[in-house]
Amino acid sequence: MLKLASFMTRPAAKYLLIVLALVFPLIAKNEYQVYVMASAFIWAIAVYGLNIITGYCGQLNLAHGGFFALGAYTLGLLTADYGWSFWPAFVGALLMTAFIGFLVGVVSLRLKEHYFAIFTLCVGFIMYMLTDKWEELTHGPIGVRDIAAPHGFGIVDFTETTPFYYLVLAFLIFAIWFMGKLSRSLLGRTFMAIRNGDDLAQSLGINLMRNKTLAFVLSTTYAGMAGALYAGMVRFIGPEDGNILHTFDMITYLLVGGIGTLSGPLVGTVGIVWLTQSLQFLEEYRMILFGPLLVVLVIFFPRGIVGSFLGWLHRKTLDAGLPAAKKKESRIATGKEVENNA
Amino acid sequence: MLQLRNVDVCYGSFKALTDISMSVDSGELVVLLGANGAGKSSLFNAISGLNKPAAGEIEFEGKRLDGLKPSGIVSSGVVQCAEGRKLFPMMSVQQNLMMGAYVHRRDKAGNKQRLEDVLELYPILREKADQPAGSLSGGQQQMVAIGRALMSRPRLLMLDEPSLGLAPLIVRQMFETIQKINRLGTTVLLAEQNAFAALKIATRAYVMENGQLVMEGDRDTMLGNEEVRKAYIGA
Repeated sequence: MLKLASFMTRPAAKYLLIVLALVFPLIAKNEYQVYVMASAFIWAIAVYGLNIITGYCGQLNLAHGGFFALGAYTLGLLTADYGWSFWPAFVGALLMTAFIGFLVGVVSLRLKEHYFAIFTLCVGFIMYMLTDKWEELTHGPIGVRDIAAPHGFGIVDFTETTPFYYLVLAFLIFAIWFMGKLSRSLLGRTFMAIRNGDDLAQSLGINLMRNKTLAFVLSTTYAGMAGALYAGMVRFIGPEDGNILHTFDMITYLLVGGIGTLSGPLVGTVGIVWLTQSLQFLEEYRMILFGPLLVVLVIFFPRGIVGSFLGWLHRKTLDAGLPAAKKKESRIATGKEVENNA
Repeated sequence: MLQLRNVDVCYGSFKALTDISMSVDSGELVVLLGANGAGKSSLFNAISGLNKPAAGEIEFEGKRLDGLKPSGIVSSGVVQCAEGRKLFPMMSVQQNLMMGAYVHRRDKAGNKQRLEDVLELYPILREKADQPAGSLSGGQQQMVAIGRALMSRPRLLMLDEPSLGLAPLIVRQMFETIQKINRLGTTVLLAEQNAFAALKIATRAYVMENGQLVMEGDRDTMLGNEEVRKAYIGA
C-alpha cells in the first residue's frame, strides 16, 4: 500500500498519466467521452491559474470565471467579427487577459482578505454584465457564432473532437510543467511567503504589491488560455460562459483536489467533471448526492484529496524511517502546523 | 546608527506609542524591557515600516526610514525577527533560511557564504537542513527564525522576544548566540521580558511602559536599579 502510494509521487507516475491521457481517445467508448475529457482539461488549466493566486499566494480571486470568459470572448470576437485566424487571436486573448488582469490586479490587490474577494466578485460580475449587455461589441445574449478553430494540417482537422483533445492535452501538460517550475522556484516560495502573512513577507523584504500583481497576472493569463481553448472547441459562446457560478465551480475543483498542491487542480477537476457526468441520469437531483459529498470532503479532508494524501504519505514515511521517540513529534508537526499553513 | 525622534504610533484612535525618542549606536546590543502590551512590538513594527508612525522621524545611518516600504527598509539593513518565530512550516529549514536572503537573491555566491556562516552559528541546523521547519523543536525553530533574519544581512537586527516559550536552558543558549552575533559585528536591538538574562548581555537598555520610554541606562545602572529589579527581575 505504502509502496503503491509512494510510487504516485515518483516521476514514473507522471509519465504513466501522460500515456493514459494519450491513449484515452482510443479506449473511450464514444466521442462524447473524449469531448468531456477535453473540456475537463480546459477547466483544469483555468483551475491551475486559480491555484497560483489563491492556492499559492493566498488571495481569493472571485473574478476568475470572468477572465475565463474574457479569454473566450477575445478569441471569439477576433476570429468571428474581425476575421483573425485562430493562433493570432489566441495570442491576442492571452495578451488581453494579462493586460486586463494587470489593471484589475493593481487596483484590487490594494485590498486585503475578504475585501479583495468581494471586490473581485464585483469585477467578475461586471465582466458578465458587459458580455450580456454591450451588444454592439459582444452581440449580447445571442452570443458569438462561427468562431474559428485552429487550421489543421494533413489529415488533422481541429474541428473534430479527438484532434482538439490532443491540442488541449498539449496545453495542459505545458500548464502543469510551468506550474511545477514555478512552485519549486524562489518566485513560487515568495508567493507562499505572502500566503503565510503579509507582515511576515514584508519583514523578509518582499515587495508585496509587485509579487501579488505578478501572481494575479499569471493566474488571469491561465484563465485566458483556458477560455480561448474553450471558445476554439465549442465554437459558440454566450454570456452564460462568464456566469459567476463557473468561478465557484473552479473553487470547488481546487478545494476538492487540494489547494496549493501541484496535482490538486487536475485531480479535482477531472474527478468532479466525471462524477457530475456519471450522475447525469439523476438530473437536478444529483445535487442532493453532490452536496453532502462535498461537506464530508471538506470536514474530513480539509486539504483536499491530494493535500491529505501527501500529508498521510509524509506521516507514513516518517513513521517507517524514524525511531519511536521522534514519531510523536513529527506527527504533531506535520498534522497541525501544516493545517495552519494551509 | 538608528535614531528615533518623537515618534507616535496610533491604531485608529488608540495611541500605542507616545513621543518615543531613542538611539542605537553601531556595535551596541540594546535591550528594550517592558511588560506585555507596553508597545515593544509596535515600536519594532514602526521601525520595520509595517506600521506608519503618525508623527516623528526614524533615521538609520543618516537616511530617513519612515515612509519607505518595508521591503526597502530590509534592503537598507534593518531586519526584524518577529515575535513567535513565524516560520514557513512546510518549507525545509534550508528553504526557510534562503527566504531570508530574498533581498539579496541575485547574489548567489554571497548567500551561499552567508548560509555557511549561519550554519556555523547553529550547527544543529545543518543536520536538519532538509527537514520541514514545522518538525523542529521550539528552540530549533527560533534558531531558524534568527538565522533567516541573518540571511538578510542586517546591520541592525531587531529581535522580538526570542526567548518566548523556550525552556530555561535553551533560553541561556539563545542569549549566548545573540551575544555572539553582536560580537561578530551586527548591532542588535532586543525586546525582552526576561530582563535579567537580557541585561547580562546588553550594553544599554530602555524600559517601556504604556507606550512610553520611562527609563534609560547602561547595563550596570539598570541591573542595580531598584525599580527595574522590582518590576522585571523579581528580586
